[in-house]
Amino acid sequence: MDASDGALVTRARVGEADAFRALVERHSRPVFRLAFRMTGNEQDAEDVVQESMLRAYKQLAKFDQRASFGTWLYRIATNCSLDLVRSRKRRTEDRTAASGGGGGEVEDPVMTVASQDPNPERMALSGEVRERLTAAMDGLSAVERAAFVLRHFEGMGIEDIGRALECQPGAAKHSVFRAVQKLRRALEPLVSAAR
Amino acid sequence: MNHLSPNHLSEEELILHYYGEDCGSPAQERHLDQCGQCRALYASIERVLNAADGLPVPARDPEYGARVWQSIESRIPARRRWWARPQTWRGVGAAAAFAALLVAAFLAGRLYPTAHKPAPADAMADRQTGERVLRVAVGDFLERSQLVLIELNNADPASQLDISAERERAAGLVGENRLYRQSAVHNGNTAMAGVLDDLERVLVDISHAPAQLSPADVESLQQRLESAGILFKIRVLGTNVKNRQEPAVERSAGRQKL
Repeated sequence: MDASDGALVTRARVGEADAFRALVERHSRPVFRLAFRMTGNEQDAEDVVQESMLRAYKQLAKFDQRASFGTWLYRIATNCSLDLVRSRKRRTEDRTAASGGGGGEVEDPVMTVASQDPNPERMALSGEVRERLTAAMDGLSAVERAAFVLRHFEGMGIEDIGRALECQPGAAKHSVFRAVQKLRRALEPLVSAAR
Repeated sequence: MNHLSPNHLSEEELILHYYGEDCGSPAQERHLDQCGQCRALYASIERVLNAADGLPVPARDPEYGARVWQSIESRIPARRRWWARPQTWRGVGAAAAFAALLVAAFLAGRLYPTAHKPAPADAMADRQTGERVLRVAVGDFLERSQLVLIELNNADPASQLDISAERERAAGLVGENRLYRQSAVHNGNTAMAGVLDDLERVLVDISHAPAQLSPADVESLQQRLESAGILFKIRVLGTNVKNRQEPAVERSAGRQKL
């Protein structure tokens, strides 16, 4: 029988590398899904997974074992994703400024999703809706995107989103609202036409 | 302004309704059933959010976690058990060599004929050699003790702390400490013996502490370390030991050149 997360954390804390390895193997895929939705880029999501696992290992002593390891790890991954998206945005802005201030087109990293293989999920959306949705997600601020991903895809409650993003529940709720409103403005004409 | 009219539901209320986060009153529910305008807005929100469900995520096979582990394994800082750490075995080796030296010195003193008492100059040289060996061994021991104390001193006092690993290491260090303290007393090095005496008490306390410390226990332990000033004393003694080792090494190198 597989050991529980709590038992593995206890063993990892006293230096059992195999215990931490089991936690990494168990949680990497869901963390990747979260990171991909947060960053919109496959390579960035891979980086977030690795960085989150390393941060989790370094902070194991601070983990309160009464809490869920998965939720705690998600919080770390959320912060890693936010850090990455913000630094990417800064880099993009710097490049834009360096190239003369918005005249030329800057390649949008979110649009350069590496894997374009068709799968049932991809097929479910028409190409145009998918592209518009991806672009609209990219139009969200880092916090709006994070709040929306945690609410919509991870099913997290507003209070938990506030804790994960280290903001008040009211601020978390408004980030979700703004995200949905922006997505609706961008997608409504298309999804209505597709009915 | 998001309210369409005092009676209509706002876009925010409808988003919360979609996610089941609202505390929708029966009046609101009734309004949504009866108001075509609100129903249309809700349907629009529903369509967009349902479409978002299909946002594709590249698939990862079941071996993905193993690959992540392989890529980070080399970057995982060492958190091995105390007995698996190279410095522990270095310390055990140093302590064993030092103990063997003491036994050899004791036996030599016992077995050597009393008629062949060494000249005072030879006795002084032996004593200086013993001091040097003690200083090298103690320098290494102090570094390892300091690591345990620093880890505990820097722990977050706001959360519960598992100190099983530190306890084991402290228990391992107590025996070594006793040996060095007795040797320091024997050699008349009262300053070193005093610091090792203080350190021994702290190490014994840590080795007998519970494996899980509450935030209050962590704070109390950190206050104890602070009030005993033990980390400072170890650092000073360690520096003194190191400074006195270096001239000895230089002298020995000088002799070799000659």
